[in-house]
Amino acid sequence: MNILLPFRDADVMQRIAAEIRQFDIDRPLRFMEVCGGHTAVIYRFGLTDFLLSTIRLVSGPGCPVCVTANDFIDRAIALCELPDVTIATFGDLVRVPGSTRSLAEVRARGGDVRVFYSSADALTWAREHQERTVVFLGIGFETTACTLAATMAECVQSGVKNFRFLSALKTMPAALQALFSAPDVHIDGLILPGHVTTVTGLSAFRFIPREFGIPCVVSGFEPIDVMESVLMLCRQIKDHHADVENQYRRVVRDGGNPQARAVIDEMFEPCDMPWRGFGIIPESGLKLSPQFAFWDSENVTVEVEPPQEHRGCRCGDVLCGRIYPSECSLFGTACTPETPRGACMVSSEGACAALYHFAPVNYDR
Amino acid sequence: MTDKIVTLNHGAGGTAMRHLITELFVSHFDNPALSELADAALLEVNGSRLAFSTDSYVIKPVEFPGGNIGKLAVCGTVNDLAVMGARPLYLSIGFILEEGLNLNLLERVVASAADVARAAGVDIVTGDTKVVARSECDGIFINTSGIGLQPLGNGLSSNPIAPGDVIIVSGTLGDHGIAVLSAREGLTFQTDIESDCAPLNDMLHTVLSKSAGVKWMRDPTRGGAAAVLTELVEQKPFGAIIRETAIPVREDVHAVCELLGFDPLYLANEGKVLMVLEAKDSDRVLEILRAHPLGRNAAIIGNITSDSPGHVRIETMVGSVRRLQRPSGELLPRIC
Ligand code: SF4
Repeated sequence: MNILLPFRDADVMQRIAAEIRQFDIDRPLRFMEVCGGHTAVIYRFGLTDFLLSTIRLVSGPGCPVCVTANDFIDRAIALCELPDVTIATFGDLVRVPGSTRSLAEVRARGGDVRVFYSSADALTWAREHQERTVVFLGIGFETTACTLAATMAECVQSGVKNFRFLSALKTMPAALQALFSAPDVHIDGLILPGHVTTVTGLSAFRFIPREFGIPCVVSGFEPIDVMESVLMLCRQIKDHHADVENQYRRVVRDGGNPQARAVIDEMFEPCDMPWRGFGIIPESGLKLSPQFAFWDSENVTVEVEPPQEHRGCRCGDVLCGRIYPSECSLFGTACTPETPRGACMVSSEGACAALYHFAPVNYDR
Repeated sequence: MTDKIVTLNHGAGGTAMRHLITELFVSHFDNPALSELADAALLEVNGSRLAFSTDSYVIKPVEFPGGNIGKLAVCGTVNDLAVMGARPLYLSIGFILEEGLNLNLLERVVASAADVARAAGVDIVTGDTKVVARSECDGIFINTSGIGLQPLGNGLSSNPIAPGDVIIVSGTLGDHGIAVLSAREGLTFQTDIESDCAPLNDMLHTVLSKSAGVKWMRDPTRGGAAAVLTELVEQKPFGAIIRETAIPVREDVHAVCELLGFDPLYLANEGKVLMVLEAKDSDRVLEILRAHPLGRNAAIIGNITSDSPGHVRIETMVGSVRRLQRPSGELLPRIC
């Protein structure tokens, strides 16, 4: 039997939904799912069907493609235009519009942009193509940082000279700190990313209930996981209690994974990082440590076009949970997955793309 | 057209491609047979009804688990004719070969094209070969065209599709898409998943000769079942609902999809058919399909509805209902 089926059981869903309804909390609640993986599950399985309209789920800044700032794409494009450079990237990033162009457009006009499913595959390709300089676009959070660190360690150890790393790696706690410090963000509970927490552990997020009084639940990625997390948040609210609870015990240990953190620390160091929608958040990124500067393509001098935001695109507001995707006037008209105006319409984990692909039945576009 | 150049999006089977077809090709070539935009054109010639179809094949890698580009090129055109209710008879085949191509590989491709043509009972009666300089094409490109006869009175029901009609799929979805993906450069996971690439004409002929209730058939290739179902109901006075739990998907295909963030409903198939038929015929057709080696996993996956006209809805595994949207853009695996 398929091991996922128990986490998708319709009867269990109904039971949890009924339990949530019993709480009858006397005010509307806004819960933010931080991770793009959760956003995708919520829309794909129509989870809001099971919730009273007083509980709303809003998406947060946890889709790595979505929070990638324009100047990162612009820099990748500038590097791509250097002689003998191949850009190696995860698929979604190819279609994200930079200030004026996407990597897909650069590729259509002859740029060498290649999609890989893992950084290790890209490194192998670089070894087999010594005549090219391969620039790997490193995006993601702690989980991806861990595998990228392993690839870069391998690259350094075996002395691969034609592989470079362009980092937009980000760390989640710093972003949440910035989010909740913003004046106009109102969130009653947080569904925390299960994958990131496997690395960081729960303690990395304890400041959220402590400093902001917001209940948190680390959640798995199946529909029943997310529903159960909503239930756990409601329970904390009812009990006037705020803590980081772990719904995803079958995968996440409270202490996280110290070995994985050690691998990350060995290769990377914290740096200031631009986030779409937030601007530069201090110490919220990871870049190669100075002793690996040779492999860091930040150190390559190229002329990068001045960054501009996309007119009308409200990705920034979507990523902070200020608006729903459908409140953007470009949604579904000028901006569709085939003609994305912003990153949130590109990634399958972006809130705009998720709403577009998995539209509710009463949706009128 | 917004883009000034052709991008991969124009070939991905979504909206960009539809624009290219309607605004460029159909507007220039304009004629009644073409404007139907069916898998094959239906033509009246001296009292006979001919079906005529063409397709080009550019697949990477050229060989994949369960087939190669030669087998694919023959099956694809045979199936395009067969789903129109026609009996495929003759095929043409055209090769564009890249300088430096391994002749053994070419022979394997030609041999499997010949084998599957024989199995499908069609003759490849004319062909063409061009060789281009290295890097001007990618190994082998193949075009096949085919003609078939559409028997009078023994084809698809002429009754219009109506609420209550049943939607059947002839087997597991997504096998071809995942098989090709798993064989592609840069992807290291190992699976036993083979492409479902196969000629459907024998199975479909059997169905049509024993049931008069089949109203519509399509082979869900690029864009998958989602593409053909959304096209079926688009701008129609009826909608469709399918049930996720009823859709046959191999366990390993499902696992890869979960891993990479794909939905089997959007993956290509090369040996499956979707049908709409009258409810009273559904058990019988299901039985016929399941008795055929290519239809063993056939299942009823949903039906035509009067509500939500123009839209396909899907009842998810957990019991919620949402839209099933038409595919848009290249399929890309997720990051994580
Ligand atoms: S719908 Fe498009 S333009 Fe609007 S916020 Fe989303 S990605 Fe940006």
